[in-house]
Amino acid sequence: MSLFLFPLTAASETAEEKGLSIARQADIRDEGFSDYTSEMMMTLKNKHGQKSERKIRLKTLEVDNDGDKSLSIFDTPRDVKGTAFLTFTHKTGDDDQWLYLPALKRVKRISSRNKSGSFMGSEFAYEDIASQEIEKYTYKWIRDEKYKGQDCFVVEQYPVDKKNSGYTKQVAWIDKAEYRVEKVEYYDRKKSHLKTLTVDGYRKYLDKYWRPDEMYMVNHQNGKSTKLIWSDYKFKVGLKDSDFSKNSLKRAR
Amino acid sequence: MRATLAALTLFLQSAITLLSAVTLLSAITLLSAVTSPASALEVSGYVEAEGSAFLQDPLYSGEVRDSGSFSAQPEFYHEFKDGSSLTFVPFARVDSADDRRSHWDIRELNYLYLADNYEVRAGIGKVFWGVTEFVHLVDIINQTDFVESINFEEKLGQPMVNLSIPGAWGVLDLFALPYFRERTFPGRKGRLRFPLVVDTDKARYESPDKERHVDFAVRYSKSIGDWDIGLSHFSGTGREPTIIMELNARGRPVVIPYYELINQTGLDLQLVAGEWVWKLEAIYRSGQGESFYSATGGFEYTFVNVLETGIDLGIVGEWIYDDRGENAVVIFDNDGVLGLRLSLNDAASTEFLAGLIQDASSSSRALRVEASRRLGSSFKASIEAWAFFDAPEEDILYSLRDDDFVKLELAYYY
Repeated sequence: MSLFLFPLTAASETAEEKGLSIARQADIRDEGFSDYTSEMMMTLKNKHGQKSERKIRLKTLEVDNDGDKSLSIFDTPRDVKGTAFLTFTHKTGDDDQWLYLPALKRVKRISSRNKSGSFMGSEFAYEDIASQEIEKYTYKWIRDEKYKGQDCFVVEQYPVDKKNSGYTKQVAWIDKAEYRVEKVEYYDRKKSHLKTLTVDGYRKYLDKYWRPDEMYMVNHQNGKSTKLIWSDYKFKVGLKDSDFSKNSLKRAR
Repeated sequence: MRATLAALTLFLQSAITLLSAVTLLSAITLLSAVTSPASALEVSGYVEAEGSAFLQDPLYSGEVRDSGSFSAQPEFYHEFKDGSSLTFVPFARVDSADDRRSHWDIRELNYLYLADNYEVRAGIGKVFWGVTEFVHLVDIINQTDFVESINFEEKLGQPMVNLSIPGAWGVLDLFALPYFRERTFPGRKGRLRFPLVVDTDKARYESPDKERHVDFAVRYSKSIGDWDIGLSHFSGTGREPTIIMELNARGRPVVIPYYELINQTGLDLQLVAGEWVWKLEAIYRSGQGESFYSATGGFEYTFVNVLETGIDLGIVGEWIYDDRGENAVVIFDNDGVLGLRLSLNDAASTEFLAGLIQDASSSSRALRVEASRRLGSSFKASIEAWAFFDAPEEDILYSLRDDDFVKLELAYYY
């Protein structure tokens, strides 16, 4: 079967097929991580250079035949300490999302339909932060190009849920050696260049899984930017389904 | 104007106290960091200064026009190696006007034991049930700390043992509640009260065990696709007292809370359908006069990233119906609420919520406005305002007709 899924001759491939097979290859290379935890320091900067920080801890669980489950817990700013998001990503359709408000001890189901909203005031939208499932986009390979000295594929991806995405297209630079996303340009609904994401400091965990130390998103239209510094990646820590329940959301710290 | 100045002075005094507390806290934090670098005890919390200014002169004798107040709520948390944990959250407030509002409480003091197939929380805790925004019918575990806020969202710590059993079939929660907490009411000098002060010292109970009656509760909840479902039952001393007016031995009128033994079955439902969230809460209560049911439900619709400004605009519409109707002392018997929620999604997390509550059978209306934003990384400023309009004499809100107010809060989080 796999022989038919991956054509041996590249010449017969259309640009769309090549784009999809690049996305598939990137996905396959990240398969089997089962679960991991990490920490993230998010620094928001406005056009006057004023900074604001958020410290977030994340837990991710790989789910067979569906999108990942994730739990993000806020440590700072102090007034939102203990606030947590639980997300069940789905390959098709809307994700399931719950928000925990520690002051009221309240778990709130929230609508995840509109993906273009800002994640905690940052330049990252929910759809940028969410687990990147293959089925959420269609693809088109554009060209090969060197980026920061590495041979890269340049692939355009178009959101399947056009109505609720904030983008008409994303242009991604993916390195040929390891299939890691190095840079993404985001084009808004008016098709003008909105944001650019650059990803740096990739490290290999468990000899297979590449994760970055730094992600930097610049919004070209409002002059704001957001930097994410990742640390403390721990793979296969033994997280279970029960660590991603409403009960676990309530006791998340 | 004079009143506003007085409130401002009180607020400033509170703010100065707050700053002194912040300095002290910083010193303690620094000291504990130096002395015990490897300590697993996590300390966080807040201290807050508050000022309330009322638009009208007090209606009832004894009431102080405006007030300033100061509160603190630290949180101590220790996690053991197996994931079990201890939480301690004391709370205290000092109020310039009302000595009943100057009070303290243990909001939480509990041990959480985590097993593979269940978890147990024992001690004093807080539990929230429900889905709606404005009125919480199903929520019954904790008593309302009414002197804190008239929105029924501030709660007293409840002694409990809670066994929670999660499974593929949902979550089953069992509660034993060995001690009852009386609702707090404003004192003679406090505003937002009835003409007569509720005599909480004379509280009566149906149960001969009084506050030592052991209450039980059970709740089953499950998420199925886009639905979140909760079914609950409570058996014990009701949290909502019946207010009795009578004459005391000296022939003076007094107001006494009476807590009956009740049974209450609750249902809460929520459906997410695209940008729409649909909500319903319903209860059936017996033991407090004639059996009755009450329900509240509605929708929330969110416009995300309005006109690409990054701003989210939510519209909330809810209806509240109480079977007891006009005869009962309930704030909402047949009322509609229209709410507006604005989140700027900026670095300061600026938020705004307004709700207009309209009685369907009279002209009575209440308007509630809340806004908040972070200042720097550790301070948060909030403002809350209420206004009451055209309540007829038989309406419970009639007592509050001259109690329109603006409350300013400045909190420091650590």
